[in-house]
Formats: sequence, C-alpha cells, structure tokens
Amino acid sequence: MAELSYPLARDGREQVRAASGRVVSEITLEAAVAGQLAPGDVTISPDTLRLQADFAERGGNRQLGENLRRAAELVAFGDDELLRFYEMLRPGRSTAEELDALAATLADRGAERCAALVREARSVYVRRGLIT
Amino acid sequence: MYVEDRASARSEFLAKRPISQDNLVAEDPALGLVAFSSPFDPEPSLRIAEGRVVELDGKAEADFDMVDEFIARHGIDARVAEEAMATPTPQFARMIVDPGVPRGEVARLAAGMTPAKIAAALTLLTSVEILQAIQKMRVRRTPSIQAHVTNRIDHPLLMAADAASAVALGFRELETTVPVLRHAPSNALALLIGSQVGHAGALTQCSVEERTELELGMRGLTTYAETVSVYGTEQVFIDGDDTPWSKAFLASCYASRGLKMRFTSGSGAEVLMGESEGKSMLYLEARCVALARAAGAQGVQNGGIDGVNVTASVPDGMREVIAENLCVMLHDLESCTGNDTLMSASDIRRTAHTLPLLLAGTDFLFSGFGSIPAYDNAFGPSNMNAEDLDDYLVVQRDWGFEGGLRWRDDAELLEVRRRAAEACRAVFEELGLARFADGDVDGCVRAHGSLDVPPLAPALPELASERIMDGGTTALDVVGALSARGFEVEAERVLEMIRQRLLGDLLQTSAILDEELHVLSALSDPNDYSGPGTGYRISPKRRSEIAQVRQVRSRVDLMAEQEQGAGSIQLHDKGPAVAGTRPDEVVVAVSPAFGRELWVALNGMTVAEVLREVVAGIEDEGLRWRIVRVHRSIDLGSIGWAAARLSGSGVSVALQAKGTALIHRADLPPLANLELFSIAPHITPELYRDLGRNAARYAQGLAPEPLLLPESSEPLGSRYHAQVVQLVAAERRLAEDADPVELVAEWPS
Repeated sequence: MAELSYPLARDGREQVRAASGRVVSEITLEAAVAGQLAPGDVTISPDTLRLQADFAERGGNRQLGENLRRAAELVAFGDDELLRFYEMLRPGRSTAEELDALAATLADRGAERCAALVREARSVYVRRGLIT
Repeated sequence: MYVEDRASARSEFLAKRPISQDNLVAEDPALGLVAFSSPFDPEPSLRIAEGRVVELDGKAEADFDMVDEFIARHGIDARVAEEAMATPTPQFARMIVDPGVPRGEVARLAAGMTPAKIAAALTLLTSVEILQAIQKMRVRRTPSIQAHVTNRIDHPLLMAADAASAVALGFRELETTVPVLRHAPSNALALLIGSQVGHAGALTQCSVEERTELELGMRGLTTYAETVSVYGTEQVFIDGDDTPWSKAFLASCYASRGLKMRFTSGSGAEVLMGESEGKSMLYLEARCVALARAAGAQGVQNGGIDGVNVTASVPDGMREVIAENLCVMLHDLESCTGNDTLMSASDIRRTAHTLPLLLAGTDFLFSGFGSIPAYDNAFGPSNMNAEDLDDYLVVQRDWGFEGGLRWRDDAELLEVRRRAAEACRAVFEELGLARFADGDVDGCVRAHGSLDVPPLAPALPELASERIMDGGTTALDVVGALSARGFEVEAERVLEMIRQRLLGDLLQTSAILDEELHVLSALSDPNDYSGPGTGYRISPKRRSEIAQVRQVRSRVDLMAEQEQGAGSIQLHDKGPAVAGTRPDEVVVAVSPAFGRELWVALNGMTVAEVLREVVAGIEDEGLRWRIVRVHRSIDLGSIGWAAARLSGSGVSVALQAKGTALIHRADLPPLANLELFSIAPHITPELYRDLGRNAARYAQGLAPEPLLLPESSEPLGSRYHAQVVQLVAAERRLAEDADPVELVAEWPS
C-alpha cells in the first residue's frame, strides 16, 4: 500500500483492507444486510494503522505515529482483553508481577511497543509507590 | 462631617445585578488560585544526557513524578530540544504571534520545549496577541463546532430528533451523556441514528466512564471519544483513577478500533480537587497538553471545561483560558476550545468569554454548544444553549466569522426531526429494544425540550440499554435494522461511518468529515494562515448563508405591514393650501407619504387613528383644524414650520407617517419646535390627543405643561431602524418640489 496517499477514502477504497482482508469497497449495504459481514470485516487492519502512522510522522507528529503503531499491535486483541489490560494499568489494580506478566503476554503476541509501555509503567509505579 | 449610614441606591442596584452572583476570589498561589506565574512555578530547564531527559523544569530525574516522567520519556523531541530551549522566551513568544513565521516552524520548536518554557512564552502574550496566534496556529483551516445533545429523561426519540436538528444547523460533532450511567447504550444508539439523518458524516460520542465509553466505541455505537481526562499533578491524576500510562494505552485501544479520540483537560480541575501544588493554572495545563502530545493523542479539549468557573474567579482568568487553548495548537494538536460550561450568571460576561474565540476561529469553537434547552443539558448548562441559538447566528452575521452554524427554517427542521424520530423508533423496534406510540414521535418532533414530550414508559432507556449490552448490538445491527425498515439512506450513512474506521483517516489530527464526506484534517485541510488574505476565508456562498437569519425582514415583509392599514383614511386633494386668518385654527400638516403609501405608524396605530386623535384633541379645546400636506420636505420640523406659516393662529401640528409628531409656531426658526414626540414607538393614542390639546392651548396663547413620553430603556434603534429606513425611503420617493395642498379627510366608518 506504499503508493497510497492521504486521505485513503479518496482513492484507497479498492486497496485498503479490513483486518479480515476484505477490501473496503466490498463493505456494501447488500453484504451488510445479507449478514455476510463478520467482525473482522469491520475492524481496521494493522497495515492501515501503520500507514496512517507513516502519514502522521511525515506530518511531524512522531507521538501520534507511535500511538497508531501501538494500536496496530492491539488489533489482534479482543475487546474484552483490551478492556482488561486497560483496567490493569489503572492505579492500584495490579502488582508488579502482574504487570510483568501483562508485558510478557503482549510481547508474546507481537505487541512489543505496548509491552514496553507496560514495563515502563511498572517501573514508574514502583518508584512512585503506586504498587509495591 | 455627616457620614451616610446606608449604601447608595446605585450600589444597592448593582449588587442585585446577575454579575453579583458570580464568585470572584483574590489570588492565592498556595491554593493554585493564580492564572499565570505562580511563585511556585519552576523555571524552564531541560537537560538531556545521551538522548535521555535527565532534568525537566528544575527537577532531576530521580524526583520525576509520573507526569514529569511521561513527558520526559515521550513528549520532548530531543532533536530540536537544544535549539528550542535556547530560543529566548520573548523571541519565541513573538514567533508564535508573527504571521510571517509559519505555523510549522513554531510547532517544530514547541515539540522540543518543556511545559514551563511554553507557559513562560504564553504568559508574555496579551489577549489580542493570543487570538492573532490562534488564527495562525489552529491546525485545521476550516473551523468547526460541536454540540451537546442530551435530555433529562434520556428519551431516545427526542435524542434522535435533536441530533438531526443539530446536524441540520451545522454541528459536525455531537456529544451526549447520561444522567444515569446505565442509560448510556440507549443514548449512544439514538444519537448515532439521528446524526445521520439529513446530512452524512457527523461524528458522535457518549461521554461516560472510561471503560463504558470504550466499549460503546468498539461496538461502533459511537464514532469518536473525548472524555479521556488528564491532569497536571500526579495526585489528581491518581484521584481520577488513571495514570499517564493507562491513558496512553487507552488512546491506543481507541485507535486500534479506528476510532478518533481526544484528551480532556482544562485549568481549574487541579484546584477543585485540592492538589495544585501551588502551581499556576497555565503551567499545570501546559503539563496536561504536553502529556497529551506525549501519549499520541491527536487533540485536546480544554479551556472552559468543568473547571472554568475556578479559572474565571481569578484575575486574568479568561486570558488564561485562551492561552491554554493556544497551548494545544502549539503542540500541533486539535483544539476543542471549551465554552461548554456556563461560566457566569451574567449574559454579558458569558458572551465576553466566548466571542474572542469565535473571532479567532478554532478547530472546534465549542466542545459542546448546548443544542438543547439549558434544562435538558445533562452536562449542566453550556455557555450557550438552544435558547441562545439565534443570538449566536446574528453575532456570526454581525462579525462575519466562521461560527459553523446556519439558520434553518421550521419546515426543514421538522422534516429531519420526524425522519430521525421515525428511524430511531424503527431501529429500537426492529432490534427488540423498545416500542413507541405515534404520539411519542409526534411529541418529540415538535418539542423544544423534554418538558414538551409525552412521558416515557418507565425504565425504557434502562431496559433498552440492557438489551443492547446483553445482545451485543453493534453498528452493523443498526445498519441492518435501518435497511429492513426502509431507511436505506441512513443505513448507508451508518455503514459509511464503519468504512471510515477501516480507512483510519479520522485518526489524523483535527479530522472531521464535511457533509460531502471529505476528510478535513491537519493533512488534508492544513491551516495556511500567514496574514491578511490567507487562511480560511468565508466564501460568497457561505456568506449569504450566514446572512440569512430568522430576524431578517425584507422590504416586502415591511411593506406588507403597511398594507394592513391601507385605506384606513382617505385624504382628498383640494388644491393649493392658503394662509388662514382665523386665530382659532390649528393647521395639521402631514408628510408626503402619509395616508398614500404609508398607513401604519411605528406604534402600530394606523395613520387614520393618529390623525383622528390629534384633531379630536384640538376640538376638545374648542378650536378648529385644517389638514394640509407638505410635499417639499420629509423633515418633521420643516413640515411643521411650513404649516405654522399657513395657520391663522400661527400654531401647527406636524405628523410623519411613522408617527413622529411635533407642535410648531410660525415665529420660531424652522428647525425649532414647541413640543416634539421623536420616539414614535412609545406614543399612545392618549398622547396624540394630548398633543392636539396642547397645540390648541398654544394657539390660545396659553403655556401648557409639555408632554412627557413614558420612560424606557428599550433598544429602539435595533427594533425599528430597518423599518424606519423603508418608511423614510417611501416618504422620500413621494416628496416633490410642490407647494402644500389642502386635504379633506374622510375616515371610513
């Protein structure tokens, strides 16, 4: 998708794919009404998120790019999992070990950037006495 | 010396004005009650060792709190940090304002600056400099506006209808919330449906507790999120049940579902929560914004959010509010500039809060204009609400700024409201969430607010919400239900919102969809202001849209009013007026268009009634009258003077068709008079009669008590001047270079 330009809605509808691999132009009302669309058909793909990250970085916002790259890693995780991970990062919810385990889970499933964020959180939480 | 023991009447009066209900306080840095420059604010500093920030604003790495640490690790662009921090603060402040310095250059340097450095630069700016900077530094070229759409009973059909109204008026983001948390799914669904009626592409959100909000977003029942709150001190962050890391993770969760998201901050919050560390509001807010950038949020809602009343209570508070808005723009983030909390009991003061931002233009002028009545606003009244809509539109017209809104007539609003209520009913029924009666739809279509609608079945929003959550309802189900019930257009639009998530264009900074579904964002619609003639300009088409408001009255409207009184008197021309000789006569002179083209005076009386009262007053005194028409002048004084010279007594009464009247005497200079009624709207029939009487008394050589018009402080100019222009134009049209003529009046019975 390297040749695609922003906004993708303008001429990328034939190339941009949902997480399932279905191209956006195939997300039609007919398909929706016929019950032919699975959850993966209405989920953004990691590739699209990385492409948007490229656009953001080229626009001068490195942090937005990083956020979108973390997001790309999280596409594979279910809604319930993400809600649980977020909960674990809130104050007083987890022990240091539990955060270590979370980082490991994320890393195991290819979410390296997110794992790094969790490891960083763990060390700050310990230093600031949020967890023991 | 005598000392008064009571307050003056003026003081007593002022103490009862709305402004006196506002709570203002003295500065108190220890409590954080200081807008700019607390003595406890740190000096800007930054030390980087081997690419790692080891000192930030006077604090060494080992002492970093969570906010410092997150900014240090993610928020400082080390490549420009040295150059940025070495730029003298006054020089950077001038770069922020100078239209000749590109916004990109300012943002590049800001990315390498610490919160204290940016706060120090903003502190140097006057309000006008801040506004000039906002005009240049806001990210999106095209300003936009967000609405609050809520109602106190969480009525789904009313919510859908109000959403459709909001979109028709021009709002491009709609935010709802709930008085009762468990109603959130029902509200989110109703809002989504209503938002796609009439026009495509408005974004919707449901502001609730973080977890629920995320879940609604994941299901596609909302299309963006905003209530991701961050704070400037560690303790308040923890009290808010989050950390910078949990918030950054949350930001990525939203993005992983293709959902637009922005952070929320805003000065005053830390003060309200009792832990400001004695820092100034601007410095703490600069930390919040730096944190938002560090976490990769595309935008921030701040300045005039829940804490605005605290900020407004201290000196320079409102300047601080726009400075924190500008702070967001310096970080190259979408700026949603608050105005969403009513900040004063005084209409003057709340308007003064909002107007400067409207003139400068921001990505979102309001992060919640109350599109519903203030009593229905579940966030609490906004700084402007449905009650103020026409005021807003007229102010937009006055100043010619892009306020994002447009007037819509009732026919269009009722049509989209009905379709939205019907579509919402269809979806709720189709998905087995709730049933509604025809009367519910009818009530919601016409309603101003929830007080006007039939009562909702008990627990309806709660049951519907449970079914949405338990049944796993998603946006795809909404598409199916809309389509099944014949709402194909809306089904396609909701589906397009799903496609937009797959494309991810809305994840970029300041992204919105216009009504043709073009993405307007930092990348596709960048603000290119660089001085006069550049940047966003109102197009001729948009200008004529802005010009059209409910209160505009055309010449045709105004002249139709005159037709109401047509024929109420017949004034027959009897040839040239001659000078009278009887000392017991008063000549009554009328203006060129009086009773010819103009028939109704500004007080609503017909010219026939006006004339009848005047002559009756003359008769009350036992005197005679004659009527003449003066052609040569439309000026009341000249008409009266010309008539006085024809009057046997030397006294005349002059009348213009708009109702102004005077008494003149031949021995006075033309532009003088004995008595004058210049404020036509306030003249009563009794006063016209008294005027006739007084004229007759002057004619008898008496010295009557001059008449007084009732006292009033009404803004008569704004109420009547458009009409006056039309009436004067008609008088002018009929004026001619001809001598006065004698008239015979006939009042049809």
